[in-house]
Amino acid sequence: METTLAHNLPEVTAAGVWIKAIIILAVISAIAGFGTFIERKVLAFMQRRLGPMHVGPYGLLQLIADGIKLFTKEDIVPQNANKLIFMVAPIITAATAFIALAAVPVFPDFTIPEWIPLLGGTFVPSIAADLNIGILFVLGMMAAGLYGPLLAGMAQANKWGIIGAARTAIQFLSYEVVTGLSILAPIMLVGSLSFVDFNNAQAGGISNWLIWQQPVAFVLFLIAGFAETNRTPFDLLEHEAEVVSGYATEYSGMRWGMFFIGEYANMITISIIAAIVFLGGYSADGLGWLAIILKVAFFFFLMLWVRAAWPHVRPDQLMWLCWKVLMPIAVINVVITGIVMMV
Amino acid sequence: MGLEQFKNRNVGEQNYVMLDLGQSPTKGMDKFTQVVKRTFKGELFVGLWVTMREMINALFKGQMHTVKYPFEKLPISPRYRAIHDMLRLLESGHYRCIGCGLCEKICISNCITMDTRYDENQRKEVSEYTINFGRCIFCGYCAEVCPELAIVHGPRYETASEQRASFSLFEDMLTPIDKLNLQQEYDGFGAVSPNADENIKKTPLAY
Repeated sequence: METTLAHNLPEVTAAGVWIKAIIILAVISAIAGFGTFIERKVLAFMQRRLGPMHVGPYGLLQLIADGIKLFTKEDIVPQNANKLIFMVAPIITAATAFIALAAVPVFPDFTIPEWIPLLGGTFVPSIAADLNIGILFVLGMMAAGLYGPLLAGMAQANKWGIIGAARTAIQFLSYEVVTGLSILAPIMLVGSLSFVDFNNAQAGGISNWLIWQQPVAFVLFLIAGFAETNRTPFDLLEHEAEVVSGYATEYSGMRWGMFFIGEYANMITISIIAAIVFLGGYSADGLGWLAIILKVAFFFFLMLWVRAAWPHVRPDQLMWLCWKVLMPIAVINVVITGIVMMV
Repeated sequence: MGLEQFKNRNVGEQNYVMLDLGQSPTKGMDKFTQVVKRTFKGELFVGLWVTMREMINALFKGQMHTVKYPFEKLPISPRYRAIHDMLRLLESGHYRCIGCGLCEKICISNCITMDTRYDENQRKEVSEYTINFGRCIFCGYCAEVCPELAIVHGPRYETASEQRASFSLFEDMLTPIDKLNLQQEYDGFGAVSPNADENIKKTPLAY
């Protein structure tokens, strides 16, 4: 299937993919750090307070302070924990989040200028690995990300960790179904799993965006995306008020930090998927890549906004919503889409 | 900050409002209609709007709640009972305590210890006065019972300390002599009421 980049673009080389991977790792990790700052600031303003103010101008250097703290904090492995699994679990979360980003167009493609030594002339693609099963791969990797919190909670010999792990299982497993089903209807319309095809299918203005054809799927995908990234209305696995910190109770330092780099990377992934699949992607007329950056920023802000506005749900409410409301709606949406396409 | 809101001690007089919660549905169909109603009512978006409105107000109208605590402090109520102060007479600078021992006697947690003696002028002076702040429950009886308004509750509410002995001696609580002009009359718990003059009646001796 001809799904990849337009034919007049240079050939994708291994060096280009390497550079792209390094860019994604570096930039998304940095955005994860910056995201915590933005999140604290936005939540603060929504709750009429100032947020971090004391480190640097408007607290901007708080990022550096946090980084120093996370890197220098003692790395505690509890005595009765299953040490290997305890140490591997945060890596799973961060790694799966970044592996998922491999198949997502994060930044525009560009060619390194010729005058730069060694790498001059290398074409850096927009997608590190432009798989023709892009969406499936991303959803699969995000589903594999459930092993991070699950193993972390189970390995740490702590009852709150165990509860967090159990909640991880019910939440991620439930909402994988809704994510998959909700995005199935757009996939049926476009007939491809590649993000580039989704982007091209919506070229030509706002009226071509899939959100107008699939509003229900969009809402379902957003809800499921919130659950998958364990953002606040579905923040059960580390609900501080109920289960101390859930799966992250015993973690300290950078191992704890990796969970949150993973969470923020997942937030960005979900934002990008929502922007490309439903909101027209990066080929919107005129703005180009700036358009998708704005859309991703909007979704990121929406996640913070929702966190400030809405209360948590109970685990039973979460599963009730998923299995009794969202999944039937998603199935009906898929069926109706199919009927409309056939007629 | 006015005193009136602190003087109202009638706890039961607030206007409590019962929320009209309606009846929760029992039958399956009622539950279903409730879910559908709530789904399309848009209450979640009202919540989103409220937080957005607060954010706009906070950012552009400066409606913040933050007090940058160590640098900014809110005024405390005069009724607030913090670490004690021993006041001085404004005219002479001598301390007001007459060594009557009432505060020691009324102290229900037995944390005040005082010792007195006669000085060279045959005037009673306080030789030892300590308050064990590890025991003090800040009930305010000592300030209320003091006939001279000598022991009062001061405004010093930041009471963290490494040793409680470090702020419990008479000299520590006494107004420093060079700060005498800053000493304020106490209008809190146990102080003379603002209309005290009206309540004073002439005794036969005045005739």
